[in-house]
Amino acid sequence: MAYSADAHGHDDHDHHTPGFVSRWFFSTNHKDIGTLYIIFSLFAAIIGIGLSFLMRLELQSPGMQIFSDGQMWNVYVSAHGLIMVFFVIMPALIGGFGNWFVPIMIGAPDMAFPRLNNISFWLLVPAFLLLGGSMFVGQGAGAGWTIYTPLSDDQYQPGMSMDMALFALHLAGASSILGAANFITTIFNMRAPGMTLHKMPLFVWSMLVTAFLLLLAVPVLGGAITMLITDRNFGTAFFKPEGGGDPVLFQHLFWFFGHPEVYIMILPAFGIVSHVISTFSKKPVFGYLGMAYAMVAIGVVGFVVWAHHMYQSGIDVDTRAYFMAATMVIAVPTGVKIFSWIATMWGGSIRLETPMLFAVGFIFLFTVGGVTGVVLANAGVTQILHNTYYVVAHFHYVLSLGAVFGIYAGIYYWIGKMSGYQYSEKLGKLHFWLTFIGVNLTFFPMHFLGNQGMPRRYPDYPDAFWGWNLVASVGSYISIAAFLFFFYVMYDTFRRKVPASANYWGEGATTLEWQVSSPPPFHTFDELPRIR
Amino acid sequence: MIPRPDPAILARRNKRVGLAAAGFVTFMVGLSFAAVPLYTMFCQLTGYGGQPMLGAAAPGATPEARTVTIRFNANTNPALPWHFAPQQASMQLRLGEEGMAFYEARNLTGQAISGVSTYNVTPEIVGRYFHKTACFCFEEQVLEPHQRVDMPLAFWVDPKIMDDAQAREVRTITVNYTFYRSLNDAERSGALANAGEHVGRGRFQR
Repeated sequence: MAYSADAHGHDDHDHHTPGFVSRWFFSTNHKDIGTLYIIFSLFAAIIGIGLSFLMRLELQSPGMQIFSDGQMWNVYVSAHGLIMVFFVIMPALIGGFGNWFVPIMIGAPDMAFPRLNNISFWLLVPAFLLLGGSMFVGQGAGAGWTIYTPLSDDQYQPGMSMDMALFALHLAGASSILGAANFITTIFNMRAPGMTLHKMPLFVWSMLVTAFLLLLAVPVLGGAITMLITDRNFGTAFFKPEGGGDPVLFQHLFWFFGHPEVYIMILPAFGIVSHVISTFSKKPVFGYLGMAYAMVAIGVVGFVVWAHHMYQSGIDVDTRAYFMAATMVIAVPTGVKIFSWIATMWGGSIRLETPMLFAVGFIFLFTVGGVTGVVLANAGVTQILHNTYYVVAHFHYVLSLGAVFGIYAGIYYWIGKMSGYQYSEKLGKLHFWLTFIGVNLTFFPMHFLGNQGMPRRYPDYPDAFWGWNLVASVGSYISIAAFLFFFYVMYDTFRRKVPASANYWGEGATTLEWQVSSPPPFHTFDELPRIR
Repeated sequence: MIPRPDPAILARRNKRVGLAAAGFVTFMVGLSFAAVPLYTMFCQLTGYGGQPMLGAAAPGATPEARTVTIRFNANTNPALPWHFAPQQASMQLRLGEEGMAFYEARNLTGQAISGVSTYNVTPEIVGRYFHKTACFCFEEQVLEPHQRVDMPLAFWVDPKIMDDAQAREVRTITVNYTFYRSLNDAERSGALANAGEHVGRGRFQR
């Protein structure tokens, strides 16, 4: 009753968008913050991908070309990894699409804590500046994204740059934790009447599981790097054997965070792909509950498999046997998801438009990465493949190709919704094929290099590895051209201004975001939608 | 039209879930710090990673007890200017019998230096059967300029090893010690401040 007055004020709200500074800098609107996250992520991607371009230039042929020494190489490798993980994939999938569509899909007017949401985003900016700045201070922070001690301690990474990188992780971690608490509260408390947990769209499920993983995993990274910082600067010995500490403990703490982290990066992509596949097959997703609980299972089991990253750290054979078995168990819920996607497409009325191409590409590439993951789960096989390019190929297939294809699928699927303008299908398809060919050409040969024994994290290699490295470098140039072309596709979208209708994908698109206009009004769902 | 929930009630519920989330985070941060003592305790209690048992007296060997070979290994961290080595390469010992071995350490410099050691036994699985009754482990040892000392080590292997299907085949146990310069000492002498140039510019050049 008291709220019926709101209905009259509704239109006024729309015309009452705040001015530029208060809209974009002090924003509390989930859609604006989502947009900020996506823009930030694209900007960080230019830097992160730019670093990998330099790395592939160096590896194109044996010998040292453009890097002056190993430390400089390590600094670039580390920065590339950290930027892509914390400042590209996570902001795009979680902060970007999560903020944009979780509230809309559950019929909520906004996130539960809008101001916290603003802090989450703006913590990322100084974090990124600190990490970027660390590359230019002293020798740089060259301990890899895993920042293992003793390589990351004051003896091997002296100077301020490592501390800057660690503080960057602190800030990025705080940002993720705040965001995660926000998502959990939003999803638990702000669902529209009738939107039960078992009716929630799969993207919302994926964000719920991701948020729980963030909440439980990131604080452990925070603890570990805090101890690392005090070890470096204040004379403690958490990880120094000479003071009674143990460097292997750092690896345990890091991977207790790090393994859930890889699911944090892929689960939201799972969610997006489920929506895209269902929309473009004009069928509800096959085995909805199985899909939702498969993600829960992946999240839960993801917490008890961390030491499969540490087979070579001197853990005993029984422990390795356990972690091997537990790791392989994850293939089961993952298989449930893959087969459910295929079953969703089966007999569907399939339209191969750009988002669908990226989603199908995702399934293919993620399956390749998943299969090499099962290979690497074997402790015995890892004895040989540990720290080779096989590992690089594996995690780029699941992340660089899996998660990134999820991001592209999401952008093409929702760009009309978010901006109100539809992209050009022709350009989108061209972008897909360029990317698909480029990334496969880049990363598939790395399996061969790894099997031949080429180790990671070196700027140079014997001439025997030249051939496939050349192929990989050429592939990476195609991928980078495709990435630049993506910006042209976006430019073209905003230049041509082809208006998008509310539900431009038609009858397959059933979730709530397709019931609001494109772009949605500044305030959505002042009137609560009814969910049947 | 469905009325929206009362904002005050919603705010209260949001606060409750938000606080629960904050509780989770605090708990996990606490857990990551608690991992430090828990990890040490876990290794000491279970012998994980070849961590020997400490303290208990040897039961003595029965006449039919099997013998095992004990080998001795020594490592010295490059930051510690000591010579550190076992005085015997290996010895034979019957299960349950107490054995005694010596390491020797010599300070190679003209100043007093203190070191600490870490240790374990391999194969790691015998950690829980390998008892040390006296050792110099984890205590800071100070060597005066050019001083040479013998470091005694008393130990025994638990006959229960024969009941463990996975450990009973072990015939050779290697005792490893690694000596490090103690943190205090390194700080006093400024070694930490000067120890920076192990990697980095100039090291990797063709």
